[in-house]
Amino acid sequence: MQEFLLGNEAVARGAWEAGVKFVSGYPGTPSTEIIETLARRYPETNPRWTSNEKVAFEEGMGAAIGGLRTLVTMKHVGLNVAADAFMVFPYSGTNGGFVVISADDPGMHSSQNEQDNRYLARVAKVPVLEPSDAQECRDFMMAGLDLSEQFHSPVMLRTTTRLAHHKGLVEVGERKEVPTREFNRDPQRFSVPIYRLLRRPEVEKTLTALAEYAETCPFNRIEAGADHKIGVVTSGISYQYVKEVLPNAGVLRLGMTYPLPANLLRDFCSKYETVYVIEEGEPFIEEFMRAAGIANITGKELFGVIGEYSPARLRKTLGMGNPPAPFTDGIKLIQRPPMFCIGCGHRTVFAALRQLRVTVSGDIGCYTMGALPPYEAEHTTFCMGASIGVAVGLEQAGHENTVAIIGDSTFVHAGIPPLIDAVYNKSRLTLIILDNSATGMTGSQPNPISGKDAMGEETPKLDLEALCRASGVQNVAVVDTWDRKEVVNVIRRAVFFKGPSVVIARGPCQQLPEIKHSHRIPFFIHEDLCTQCDACFKVWCPAITRTENNFPVIAANECTSCTVCAQVCPTDAIKLAEEFA
Amino acid sequence: MKTYSLMFAGVGGQGSLLIAELTSLAAVRAGYDTKQTEVHGVSQRGGSVETHVRFGEKIHSPIVTPGEAHAVVGLEKLEALRFAHFVDPQNGTILVNDYELVPASVLNAEALYPHESIAYMKSKGLRVISLPASQTARDLGDARMANVVLLGALSNLLPIERDVWDKTLRLRIPAKYMEGNLQAFEAGAKEMTERMKAEA
Repeated sequence: MQEFLLGNEAVARGAWEAGVKFVSGYPGTPSTEIIETLARRYPETNPRWTSNEKVAFEEGMGAAIGGLRTLVTMKHVGLNVAADAFMVFPYSGTNGGFVVISADDPGMHSSQNEQDNRYLARVAKVPVLEPSDAQECRDFMMAGLDLSEQFHSPVMLRTTTRLAHHKGLVEVGERKEVPTREFNRDPQRFSVPIYRLLRRPEVEKTLTALAEYAETCPFNRIEAGADHKIGVVTSGISYQYVKEVLPNAGVLRLGMTYPLPANLLRDFCSKYETVYVIEEGEPFIEEFMRAAGIANITGKELFGVIGEYSPARLRKTLGMGNPPAPFTDGIKLIQRPPMFCIGCGHRTVFAALRQLRVTVSGDIGCYTMGALPPYEAEHTTFCMGASIGVAVGLEQAGHENTVAIIGDSTFVHAGIPPLIDAVYNKSRLTLIILDNSATGMTGSQPNPISGKDAMGEETPKLDLEALCRASGVQNVAVVDTWDRKEVVNVIRRAVFFKGPSVVIARGPCQQLPEIKHSHRIPFFIHEDLCTQCDACFKVWCPAITRTENNFPVIAANECTSCTVCAQVCPTDAIKLAEEFA
Repeated sequence: MKTYSLMFAGVGGQGSLLIAELTSLAAVRAGYDTKQTEVHGVSQRGGSVETHVRFGEKIHSPIVTPGEAHAVVGLEKLEALRFAHFVDPQNGTILVNDYELVPASVLNAEALYPHESIAYMKSKGLRVISLPASQTARDLGDARMANVVLLGALSNLLPIERDVWDKTLRLRIPAKYMEGNLQAFEAGAKEMTERMKAEA
């Protein structure tokens, strides 16, 4: 049977078919749909969202040594958070099959860096599988679990944005139930760090065995071509571009990219005058080949390390033609950047920060858009949870009244230790927690503040106010984000307070299904009362546009009745339609 | 067998992703190897959205190469212009909804918005067919069906039978919206037939 599946849906399908019984992860583009699909279609796999990737990895590690087939999912930078556990797991090795997804983001479509996690796998000494299409997303997921059990090693399945977020036809099968493996106390393997020295040679033995396996691994495949001069070594989605642009080239497609098969690569390259190494991201395969003494290769010096590859880019690079560029001569192709949703509570907070002119360190989430026009109210964004530590540092550098701003999910993920530290080291920073009860940017997944788990079931809700007070913050205020004046007042009071403060700006994410599909009564602008002062335009709500006569008008089917425009109207011209009747 | 490459462009929330998916599913149903790609993430939040669909005997790359698209479907004029260079200048068609959404987050966007984009694309020698899809959809009861009006128009350009489209729509669209969407599809297909007759 064939299904038309997203790469991430195919990974989920593979995990289900292979009898996975535990799945954990933290949402992160482009990995998120794996757990979403499992929660929706395959609850037998027991999927869950965790507070962060380190927790996800550790729960997965426990499940796997406990004997379950296990999947852990994250985006590339998520693996940095989980790296502590990732680096140590190969020393004990696994019991039940264990696969970790690293969804890398070449082109940084929704990320703060381009990071090729094959290098992290090499540091950890963990084998890497790289699928090339949706079918292989399923197949390699299943094979990864087998490989993991065969070598007692965790396995990384590395996808990229284009793989994770493309759809293709996938031949699927049924679920195979796999019995739970026995787990026995084994201190040498699973505990007491001093024994790890004894495990150290085991790690190398496993790696050597994996390198031997790579030589004959069915995913490392040679496809002979009509062209006997040019050969190509490739992996991942780049393989598809190579097949399209160089259909006659001989190709060695590497589906397992760590450890790499030295003999297979040497044999393949000896048959051609020139071999192109075409791999998106860093020269991971290329460096190995050069170190193995293979000299007739052309790689990154021609194809480049930055950004996504595409057939157009390969053609251009190989001198096979210049595809047309966007039209810009004689016309203004203005940008359309993403923006806060209509009714989003972040709007009033950033409007207040713009007005207060304070130094603002931001964090990872939709609210990175607070750095862009029209708000231009953020000074820094780095990585999950960094807003708080950076604010403390900026304060030490003489920036008084620093404000850190973080979402609820990011706060739970990585904001709690730095808040405790800020209090401990006597900072007087203001922390604004944008509490919309969702992990908004990745599609409003539930988190410990939502009171719902990945399966949509009720679960205890984290009490943010109590948590902040327990950290030692005396001045904790909660404000409704749709109350524009109060938002400004509360933030101002917090900023000038002589000690650390937390402002919890609360208002639900407008993308939450229960909010999105709730019944709203739209507001209406009365032209007789409107003086065209444009105050309502300055709340930058996309639902407000102009009529031909230059009056503001609210799109009735888009208005969320947040009331913010009505709050700024000096002539009370904005009300519920029925109030004018 | 010919490979068809299509580009769907719009603003987050307009439903360009839905009609791209319906096209892919119809192509699959018609027996073609099919691939589709888009980038998720913050682009859902009112930004530009582009979706690539390719189908044929065997498809490798899911990404469409500029200058090779059989059709560029723009749900909004500025977005059609943004992706116009993807169209095959000899044999391709730009199908555009005669509808403007001025980016609210761009300062002075109203002054800068390229209202003349349809004439501009035509001046580049491209085949541009503009349809009042939003108006047609509003007349049928819901302006949000503009995407399906354009899908109906697109169907005239693709080697996929009408009953395949009908089955695909029936499987994918919730029952309570079905009748309106079938009407929207039909209206688009009919309008396109007339435009093509007028061209000939």
